[in-house]
Amino acid sequence: MSIFAEAVVKENNEIAPGIFSMWLSCAEIAANSRPGQFLEIYTGDSARLLPRPISICDVMGSDVRVVYQVVGVGTEIFSNKKQGDGLKIIGALGNGYDLGQKGPYILAGGGVGVPPLLYLARELLKNDPNADLKIFLGFRTHPFLIEDFKAIGPEPSVVIEDRGEGTVLDNMNKCALPDDALIYSCGPKPMLRAVARWAEERNRPCYVSMEERMACGLGACVGCVVKLRSSQASDGWEYKKVCKDGPVFDARQVIWDE
Amino acid sequence: MSKHNTDLRVSIGDVELKNPVMTASGTFGSGREYAEFVDLNKLGAIVVKGVADKPWKGNPAPRIAETYGGMLNSVGLQNPGAEVFIREELPFLKQFDTKIVVNLCGHTLEEYVNVARAFQNVDIDLLELNISCPNVNEGGLAFGTQCEVVEEVVEAVKREAAQPLIVKLSPNVTDIASIAKAAVRAGADALSLINTLLGMKIDIYKKKPVLANKVGGLSGPAIKPVAVRMVYQVAQAVDVPIIGMGGIFNGEDAIEFIMAGAWAVAVGTANFNNPRATMDVLAGIERFMAENKINCLKDIRGIV
Repeated sequence: MSIFAEAVVKENNEIAPGIFSMWLSCAEIAANSRPGQFLEIYTGDSARLLPRPISICDVMGSDVRVVYQVVGVGTEIFSNKKQGDGLKIIGALGNGYDLGQKGPYILAGGGVGVPPLLYLARELLKNDPNADLKIFLGFRTHPFLIEDFKAIGPEPSVVIEDRGEGTVLDNMNKCALPDDALIYSCGPKPMLRAVARWAEERNRPCYVSMEERMACGLGACVGCVVKLRSSQASDGWEYKKVCKDGPVFDARQVIWDE
Repeated sequence: MSKHNTDLRVSIGDVELKNPVMTASGTFGSGREYAEFVDLNKLGAIVVKGVADKPWKGNPAPRIAETYGGMLNSVGLQNPGAEVFIREELPFLKQFDTKIVVNLCGHTLEEYVNVARAFQNVDIDLLELNISCPNVNEGGLAFGTQCEVVEEVVEAVKREAAQPLIVKLSPNVTDIASIAKAAVRAGADALSLINTLLGMKIDIYKKKPVLANKVGGLSGPAIKPVAVRMVYQVAQAVDVPIIGMGGIFNGEDAIEFIMAGAWAVAVGTANFNNPRATMDVLAGIERFMAENKINCLKDIRGIV
């Protein structure tokens, strides 16, 4: 169920340079969200027409949290919102992660792909407090949300690329990881591709959360597509919508050539 | 507020719409996508996303770029083809008390004819012919840019069409009135305009176009004055009903098109900015008519 609503900003803080954490009060959406889903947030500026898709980082009671990077005019507008300001949003959108599968789990996140994994980790641990969860996070310069991960579960393994600490994948290779782990990943495309390959080489199921330039968020405009293998298409592939068919896809179905 | 007695009905090629608010093809999916936000029964008509005779894959991503007061798209008319559309999308739409307009696209004359034929025995109300598609036999030049080609394709489709035919005009032409006349000569029962204006956006940091297709169609409030001007010019040139569109976000925008000569209006990009935009436009039209004591759209149509 998707709801179009006016949310109220409860908190909006810069938690790392250019990275903001915003809590939005919206009971209906909070009650209908699951990890891996996203919100479309409208700018309220008549010259900036399109809503911005931002993944849900956490849900508490009637509040939804998003953690976003200021990358343009739209996100800059969001960063200037103060407590009590209103923002029109639609949520929760997209398929989200399948939580019905048994662990152990590996969560691999990079940059602004890290936030949705916090919500995922919380829900996985809620379903099974003893779940075997290994979390690998990577950041270019400044880490964020590390304390939030520590507060809910196992300490994440963190790399900061600009400090020469390598990549998320380097870190995964250094650890002894369970053979039968299920991998969930969200982050920049080159990282997702590397994680997908890593999983394929080990014959492990892997789910990646994809991103693409989006307009409606509802499956109507068919703007936000990724190339997926398809048994229905005569040539074996078709474009699928990130907003409706995703954003979470089985990594084995993704064609990474674009 | 005292209830003003307004008559919002409008007829397009013998099909009576309960009100003049339609959706613009490609911005409303096949209705289902907006059913959570809009009572589809309240729409004058739903114009579905373009359908071809066979499935079309569409263009690579990125397909979307926001621009100041508008947006560019290069979706490339991705669609599942007429057969899948009729089987999987149409039954949902049939539940609602609104008119169904199927937008047709093709790469060749033959494909256009085939898709019109595919709907011959299908219970829909109107066809809308998108002649802004690139003609693969003419090096990708859009069908809708030359009068002779417009006549040829409209005539061929009209021969096969079981429903009244709306022809949707491309604004990327020198003289829109002559194209409109050509479409009407060839049998168009109504015209809709404008389709998107060809545009481009460059990412100056990556030093390359934002869209994978390099160029795309510009829509939104940024193009509204161009659209109003073209509707006005076409209304002077032909006598068939005109459906006006291009950056309509509210009732005032819609009234502007009607005063330029439109019989009905279509809401497109506004749906992305506000999923309830169609309802806001309808309410705005009603409010304007009540406040200005206008009983019937005909009284203001083409009044300028």
